[in-house]
Amino acid sequence: MFKHGELLVVSILVGSIARALILRIDYRQFPSYPHSYLIHLTLGAIASTLGALFIPALLAKEYIAVTFLTIGAQQFRDVRSLERDSLNSIEKTELIPRGTAYIEGIAKLFEARNYLALLTALITSLIYYYSDLLWAVIGGVVFAYTLHYFMQGITIAEIAEVKIVPLNIKGMNIGIEQTIILNVGEKSALKKWQEEGIGIKIVPKDENARATLANLGQRQAIIHDLSILMGIKLDQGMQQFTPLARLDLDNGTLNLIIIPQEPDPVFIQKAIKQIPVLESSQRKPLKSKYGQKAAD
Amino acid sequence: MEQFSNNNSILAVIVQKENKAKVAGGVPIFYTEDERELEEISMLLARLTLGMVHDLGNGVKIIMKH
Repeated sequence: MFKHGELLVVSILVGSIARALILRIDYRQFPSYPHSYLIHLTLGAIASTLGALFIPALLAKEYIAVTFLTIGAQQFRDVRSLERDSLNSIEKTELIPRGTAYIEGIAKLFEARNYLALLTALITSLIYYYSDLLWAVIGGVVFAYTLHYFMQGITIAEIAEVKIVPLNIKGMNIGIEQTIILNVGEKSALKKWQEEGIGIKIVPKDENARATLANLGQRQAIIHDLSILMGIKLDQGMQQFTPLARLDLDNGTLNLIIIPQEPDPVFIQKAIKQIPVLESSQRKPLKSKYGQKAAD
Repeated sequence: MEQFSNNNSILAVIVQKENKAKVAGGVPIFYTEDERELEEISMLLARLTLGMVHDLGNGVKIIMKH
């Protein structure tokens, strides 16, 4: 085999497999179809190859070859816009859109995962060069797992309490407690809300959570995910059944109304708790001096 | 849907004849004979325009596109 052949093969394999495994773990959040799978597996393999080539290039004293890493970075930025474009283009066909913030989060994540493949391959090849095959594989796997662990974001369960409450229907207005959320003009629609509607209160645990839940993108992500997990009674031209989330202005509680297909309070609660908090929606006023003082 | 759009507009107003004085303006206004017709017409208009019926609480219903 050619020089450094084994090093290359091992690193590329470990990097690609790491990418492939992560693709499997996340099937729920990012519905990928067979073709999408192939696209990301291939891109992962390309990323791993770039990472694996780094050490041999240095060994051959081809320092200028290091610039191909920047080409890689360029390439992965395209992955982000590819993912963003495709999700944006199907957004019109969703009964409940994901919202731009959610799409941006997904796109960013797919870009980041290519870097994971690249770095994993690089680390594997580095360890292989200084020790042997076994340690290289172990090191690569541990590195990929650790990186993946730190790349996982937090979920709603960590920032808020979720309560299921009855709807408060006054005249033609539907709300939760004192917050009016929706006005329906049709008696039949009102009856359906009365019989099957479910109210959900998402109570933020602190000021950081309050600011995060107030974000429109985060709200839309919650509604989108919940409607997929629990099913929803909604169709085009049936806007009177649209699930909506509105803030209680006095305490920052997010009030959500929905007519689910599966009106099971326990699982609705669990479903909401495992919805991700979007990276771009997170706010941390408590991290600033004034924010903290004002919160006291 | 509603949360990100800013083109909310009133498409039509439906009102019983007795409440005629409560409405005027540039959108189509539908006068109905009774309560039952009011419900029927507003529902139909909402389906046809892919809009939504809102009740203003004073006997006036509007169709809005969100």
